[in-house]
Amino acid sequence: MNKYITKAAESAAKAVVLDDMILTVGMPTTAGSKMLDGYNSLFESEAVTKLKSAGYGIAGKANTGEFGLDFLGETSHFGACADESGNLISGCAAAINDGDAFAAVSLDTNGTPRRAAALAGLTCLKPTYGTVSRYGIVPAACSGEAVSVTAKCAADVAEVADCIIAHDFKDGTSLPEEVCNSIKGNIKQGEFKKVAVIKNLVDSADSDTQAKIASACTALNNSGIATEEINDEILPLSQSAWFILMSAEACNNISRYDGIKFGYRSPNYKNIDELYTNSRTEAFGLLTKLTVLYGSECLSDDNYMPVYDKAMRIRRVISEHLNSLFEKYDALLLPACSKTAYSEDEVKSDIDTAYNESLYTAPASISGVPAVACAGVQFIGKALSDKVLLGLAQICEKEA
Amino acid sequence: MKFETVIGLEVHVELATDSKIFCSCSAKYGAEQNESVCPACCGMPGMLPIVNKHVVDLGMTAGMMLNCDINRTTTFDKKSYYYPDLPCSYQTTQWFAPICVNGKVRIETENGEKFIRIKQIHMEEDAGKLVHDDWTDTSLVDFNRTSVPLIEIVSQPDLSSAKEVLAYLERLRNLLRFARVSDCRWEQGSMRCDVNLSVRPEGSDKLGVRTEMKNMNSLSAIERAIEYEVARHIDAIANGTEELVQETRRWDDVKGKSYPMRNKETAGDYRYFPDPNIMPVVIDDEWFDKIKSTLPEFPEIKEKRFIEEYELDEKVASQIASSRAFCDVFEGAYERYPKAVEIANWLISDCSKILNRKKMTADMLSINGASLGELIKLVNEGVVNRAGAAKILDAMFDTDIDPKAYAEENGFIISNDTGKIEEVIKEVVANDMKSVNDYKSGKEKAIMALFGQAMKKLNKNCDPKTLRELLIKYVDSI
Ligand SMILES: [Zn+2]
Repeated sequence: MNKYITKAAESAAKAVVLDDMILTVGMPTTAGSKMLDGYNSLFESEAVTKLKSAGYGIAGKANTGEFGLDFLGETSHFGACADESGNLISGCAAAINDGDAFAAVSLDTNGTPRRAAALAGLTCLKPTYGTVSRYGIVPAACSGEAVSVTAKCAADVAEVADCIIAHDFKDGTSLPEEVCNSIKGNIKQGEFKKVAVIKNLVDSADSDTQAKIASACTALNNSGIATEEINDEILPLSQSAWFILMSAEACNNISRYDGIKFGYRSPNYKNIDELYTNSRTEAFGLLTKLTVLYGSECLSDDNYMPVYDKAMRIRRVISEHLNSLFEKYDALLLPACSKTAYSEDEVKSDIDTAYNESLYTAPASISGVPAVACAGVQFIGKALSDKVLLGLAQICEKEA
Repeated sequence: MKFETVIGLEVHVELATDSKIFCSCSAKYGAEQNESVCPACCGMPGMLPIVNKHVVDLGMTAGMMLNCDINRTTTFDKKSYYYPDLPCSYQTTQWFAPICVNGKVRIETENGEKFIRIKQIHMEEDAGKLVHDDWTDTSLVDFNRTSVPLIEIVSQPDLSSAKEVLAYLERLRNLLRFARVSDCRWEQGSMRCDVNLSVRPEGSDKLGVRTEMKNMNSLSAIERAIEYEVARHIDAIANGTEELVQETRRWDDVKGKSYPMRNKETAGDYRYFPDPNIMPVVIDDEWFDKIKSTLPEFPEIKEKRFIEEYELDEKVASQIASSRAFCDVFEGAYERYPKAVEIANWLISDCSKILNRKKMTADMLSINGASLGELIKLVNEGVVNRAGAAKILDAMFDTDIDPKAYAEENGFIISNDTGKIEEVIKEVVANDMKSVNDYKSGKEKAIMALFGQAMKKLNKNCDPKTLRELLIKYVDSI
């Protein structure tokens, strides 16, 4: 079922599975791409170093969509990962559900770990941007991607998250030590009083997903947390804005794979231009190629101001809007994806799935605020409210 | 019809930092191929750029030397293009908020002084180097220079002749070397320049078609290239020999001609955008003031002061003021021993001689000024003689020594111990009675031989006058 790209030898330690965007020494890191098939990094990611020194073993490198840009691993050069009924499941989620790993550490660029957790009945934290070092991950969209933790329950997620949350001088966007430390420690219960349910986004999802939102509301209400439905027209703007920023940054980051220094080189070339073009054409999948083309277009002289710069302005609008929402509400409740299962075939036949489904994940990606997926739904909170969000997850886990 | 030339320059200067701009690799020139490289400057995924603070220090220093405004919040941006010597396929540079803007540089021209406006100075990383291997007929990449910090100094189109360009470049080089921003060595590529040039009928307010010559790396080539391009432009405008197009051209210094570059890399949509991995660099007052306080006096001010305050003659003052290292040693020595003219002589003759022998430039003089002052004092007070002092000075080039202690340890102190001198005289005389007899029989010069032998035995470390007197006294007594 293509759960792993590289499976580690059995280890006695409590094992964490990594998605293949996280660089490791001794195991190749492919980013799900033919371009990096067999690529061995000279250094390992800060997150892996921290996990190892805390005594965790590494279960292996789970299957990953190419450069983490897709919906749920369907673009992996090594084949998508699906369950017996043909539904997509992320390699990381499968490894946890099969008992190979206690938790997963994966890169959230376009929401994959969150929707993977929601679909597999797991809990995932995308921590506040800057609290987990991005040193040693294959970069795609640096301004918003975050190293995330997935496990069977909020308590397990918190345990692993506390291990990798730390200031790192090797990452210029890393938050100061005291800020990182402030979100370590116990999951916080009882701090939140009021959660806004984003009705227009809930309505856009299918009835099974709506039912999951309803049970989450019931669980919260039973714990004395009020829920209030609101319609919000600003948050959906995140989708196209994040798509522009992500594509532009990914295009730029992926440009280093040129066939010159490492990675795939086409055997078919007569000059330097053919070396570039053929290597990249032969090694990248369709979604990556479209991202590169689209991202390049967004940054062109003609489009920079009307497209890229506008997306950056929308990012600021969304951040300010979220701040104002968090003055009234402690957290937002919304779906993590629009359905409760996706067959491999339907996702592969519609290349827009990743974009369409980013409607739910882009708000937290573009603004850097923490998000938790659990019990098939998603919570978004203000910056550094990670542990409080995990508290909400615990309430919903109990009910589910 | 008379024509006027409009020239603007983009000057690249490699900064004199120990390490590269975003990683800790050495930035020193002359390493083995691909010796100074790491995953970051080879473009491997997963490394994040951390700005070398010294680069910002030097960027700021350059701006202050060139009378620029410093942007207190300065940001880095990515510039994308594909070339094998650019490992990430993007160069990190400054596009939206460069560190310095709106400067001006004074130059001397035939018609008096002129100010050349500086549009901006930005910090960026250098690219690597392609090396062609003839044996296998392939190109290889050397990443030693990738991510070596540069500043690019962009002038306004205020220059109007090759002569002015040379004066401007010399002035930049002098100021930047003076402030230790860069060693500015054309031959090592630590200074190079792009020349933007157009020609228009005199008095016209419309600019002519602009051509750019990239990567010029010597003053003489720049001069020839400008003269060639100006002639070509005038010929095209006046005689219609060709249609001028806006383009990038390559100067072939051997053939003495410029050629259009047909390369795609000049096509120019670089898709700039802010680097999300580098937070804006905020220069607070404390940082700004610290750099400001380390700025050297401008060389011409120093020169003037040397003439007025120290009474050096103009030629000597200008010679010392041409190098920051000379100035620093001079002033350090003066503080220890205020004899300006003598110190200047020691610098210009003795020190320069040693620099020449060691094939070092004036800027590489790194002796301790106070020690030089001390040494000159020792000579003047008759504690060491010139020959001994020359050896001590030589040793000062290798390590920072205390001249007096070194002289004592190595027997360079002039002996005033008459007992010892008399002992040596006795010994010399006993071994050369012939000279004594010759002297006594009227050949006065014979005593010179005895004097020489005694001096040699004393390692020249004695006052010649004392030796002479004691020798005559002794010979007369036997
Ligand atoms: Zn390096």
